[in-house]
Amino acid sequence: MDLTKWGFKKSLWVFHLNAGACNNCDIEVLDCLCPKFDIERFGMKLVGSLKHADVLLVSGSVPRKVVPDLIEAYEQVPQPAVVIAIGACACTGGIFKDGYNFAGPVDKHVPVAAYVPGCPPRPEAIIGAVVKLLGTL
Amino acid sequence: MSTTIPIGPFHPVLEEPEYITLQVEGETVLSADIELGRIHRGMELLAEEKTFDQDVFLVERICGICSASHSWAATLAMEDIGGITIPDRARYLRTIVHELERLHSHMLWVGLAGHIIGYWTVFMWGWKYREPVLDALEAITGNRNNYAWYCPGGVRRDVPDEVWPPVLKSMDEFAEKTNLLIGAILNDPVILGRLKGVGILTKEDAIAYGTLGPTARGSGVDIDVRRDESYGAYDEVDWKVITQPDGDCLAVAVVRLLEMIEATKIIKQCIKNLPKGEIRSEVREIPRGEGIGHIEAPRGESFHFIRSNGTNMPVRHKMRAPTFLNIPSYRPRVKGETISDATLIFAVIDPCYSCTERMAAVDPGGKRIANGHDLIKLSHEKTEWLKKNL
Repeated sequence: MDLTKWGFKKSLWVFHLNAGACNNCDIEVLDCLCPKFDIERFGMKLVGSLKHADVLLVSGSVPRKVVPDLIEAYEQVPQPAVVIAIGACACTGGIFKDGYNFAGPVDKHVPVAAYVPGCPPRPEAIIGAVVKLLGTL
Repeated sequence: MSTTIPIGPFHPVLEEPEYITLQVEGETVLSADIELGRIHRGMELLAEEKTFDQDVFLVERICGICSASHSWAATLAMEDIGGITIPDRARYLRTIVHELERLHSHMLWVGLAGHIIGYWTVFMWGWKYREPVLDALEAITGNRNNYAWYCPGGVRRDVPDEVWPPVLKSMDEFAEKTNLLIGAILNDPVILGRLKGVGILTKEDAIAYGTLGPTARGSGVDIDVRRDESYGAYDEVDWKVITQPDGDCLAVAVVRLLEMIEATKIIKQCIKNLPKGEIRSEVREIPRGEGIGHIEAPRGESFHFIRSNGTNMPVRHKMRAPTFLNIPSYRPRVKGETISDATLIFAVIDPCYSCTERMAAVDPGGKRIANGHDLIKLSHEKTEWLKKNL
């Protein structure tokens, strides 16, 4: 195991990126921070800058206008970084996949390490996905 | 000399992507401009490609926080076309879920406002108190958000009686916690210093910009669809519309906090007076015609217009969410304030961009020339023109 991956095991810093979501997945991501779920007990922390992030939590169906922003955001994250697709829209396009403005899903544009389906996924599912991902690193 | 500060599109303050440019001179904001469009998903055209039954579940996903509001407005529009009356029990059940949604939405805003002014305690408290509301929604509807609760003619499933006592208990606890939070916020000199007198929207401006919901009521405009054009069970329960005269950020916060207390009252009365009986009247078809449905969402009036041609799909489904009208009120609010207050002012209307993003091209004369349908038609016409002229 190299040094960066060893660092991942201790403390993951997470950036939350809304790529055209309906807010539902986003409030469930924020819910992970609140006292009931408390994601910080796993050493995870929501950060405000892409340059600090190890993990990108991407939600949303990726409308056309957001594609360049999403790719640019991914390129700004220091590597190695992992992307987790949160919610049915980010995984497959969900109910919006027939829309004229749909340009996704997320894995069409950036490599995705884990998928969390659900509309919206419960906070337990999001925490579970991140913890499972930690186990595979 | 003025400087331009770009904010966004991805930033930690608001959850959704939007791009704000601030023109500043020194510390003072001269003007603000906002660029949206990153969450435009083509909702109206998608709605026209689905049946009426499927439509309700699509409009629920316009916005995750107002999912009950949009689906109720859409079902009201469908019932308006068909002249369908719904059973009393369904009216009460609809009202309960809608008010629970208002509770969790307002509490979410209180938490986010606390986060923006740098009070993590308010964020943590607010979101901790919000959890029992989500648990109640899960017990009643089966999901924490996106309830799939409304359908043309009534609600989708009945609720067994043993669900209600824990909900009533958690409403009492919620009201108690909210009173505690109100006391803590209104007696804290630092929070008052950040909110009082900041971002004032006068009553004249509030009316001129056409603001809705708590934004308008915080500026002393006494409007509320629940009272003015009553729907559901609102005219059968005892509650009052909260208004505040000042129009600053504190007034809007107070409106939201007091509305939560009113919402717990409405929920408790609805549960106590819940009639027995059917939960859904049979809907065979939606006839030819036009219908509207409008309801008071947590952020203001949500409006749905549906036109049916007698088939099982709508030919037009127009949606208008409150944030669409509330966004322009940034401008009078932010003018002359400092940069540090600007983020709070952007958050004070509780913006929900995913509700708002419809396509509407505007020519300089101010006339609306195209929506999604028209643009496709224009595109088809251009192809035809090219075929002829090449």
